[in-house]
Amino acid sequence: MSTNAIIYITISVILVAMSFVFNRQKTMMGLKKGWNMFKNILVPFLNILILVSIALYLIPPSIIIRYLGPDSGPLGLGIAAVVGSITLIPGFISYPIAKGLIEQGASYTVVATFMTTLMMVGVVTLPLEIRYFGKRVAITRNLLNFVAAIIIGLVVGFVL
Amino acid sequence: MKIHWKKARPFIWILLFVLFIAVSFILGFQPGKDISISFKNSLVEMITFIPALFIIVGLFDVWVPKEKIQRHIGQESGIKGIAIVVLLAMLQAGPLYGAFPVAYMLYKKGASIKNIFIYLGAFASLKIPMLGIEIAYLGVKFTLVRTLVSLPLFIAIGYLMEWYLKNKNFEVKTIE
Repeated sequence: MSTNAIIYITISVILVAMSFVFNRQKTMMGLKKGWNMFKNILVPFLNILILVSIALYLIPPSIIIRYLGPDSGPLGLGIAAVVGSITLIPGFISYPIAKGLIEQGASYTVVATFMTTLMMVGVVTLPLEIRYFGKRVAITRNLLNFVAAIIIGLVVGFVL
Repeated sequence: MKIHWKKARPFIWILLFVLFIAVSFILGFQPGKDISISFKNSLVEMITFIPALFIIVGLFDVWVPKEKIQRHIGQESGIKGIAIVVLLAMLQAGPLYGAFPVAYMLYKKGASIKNIFIYLGAFASLKIPMLGIEIAYLGVKFTLVRTLVSLPLFIAIGYLMEWYLKNKNFEVKTIE
């Protein structure tokens, strides 16, 4: 079992015990909520694990290193930023992808940029955003976040 | 029959994959075996910590008084105002488009333009349940660095948007 698992299981056991002492009903409610959330993500999560394991088999590390690795430069950064902006992948599903990319040789800069644009820039959801904020504001927000994502990627890559 | 199909549809890829792996093992198809090993590793990894994480998130959801914080939001300004919107955003879950209705609520309650966009930034990248998963997959160091670099940047975006939209009749609409 990984250290992560041990830490998370320990924390959850302690929290459940504490919560149970304070309020039994609330605890049951929380557990039920957590279980429902887990149930909702289970199938999409399994699907993405399947997809990632097939994709990582089909795409050799040499290709990932060349296009997304430390020496990929502006091209890697550009690919990460554009793909992250136009795809709509829920956060929890994107982490296994990010981890797979890093394991196969993608740089931290590329992965951090990809994750950030995924979270903060939404080309697909732009029409919805425009209905709330208007065209000019929505586009400006997305552009600023796009630039911020690249800066974040570069700094993260520089620090790590 | 139709209802059954609808219910079964989400599982179709999983079924196909299981079938593919079974056939690979029967026929000794090496790529299939390799794929199954990498799938098994990531599955074991997930099964060992994700349920615990969701227990934490569920408890968090019932114990943290989100509504109470929401009631106080909007009026405060300055650093305290920023801290409160960031905190509120961190307690949420879900995709960015789920934050737009909250942005409308903040706008209605008189929050500054700056704080509305800081909320969106924090919502996108600092949600606690997401940070939990990020730490498990990418490590504490990556998560910490990404978070600490992101925070000042989207606060800066808040200031930029406020400066840009001053005297431009900025408004947030609701879609019903």
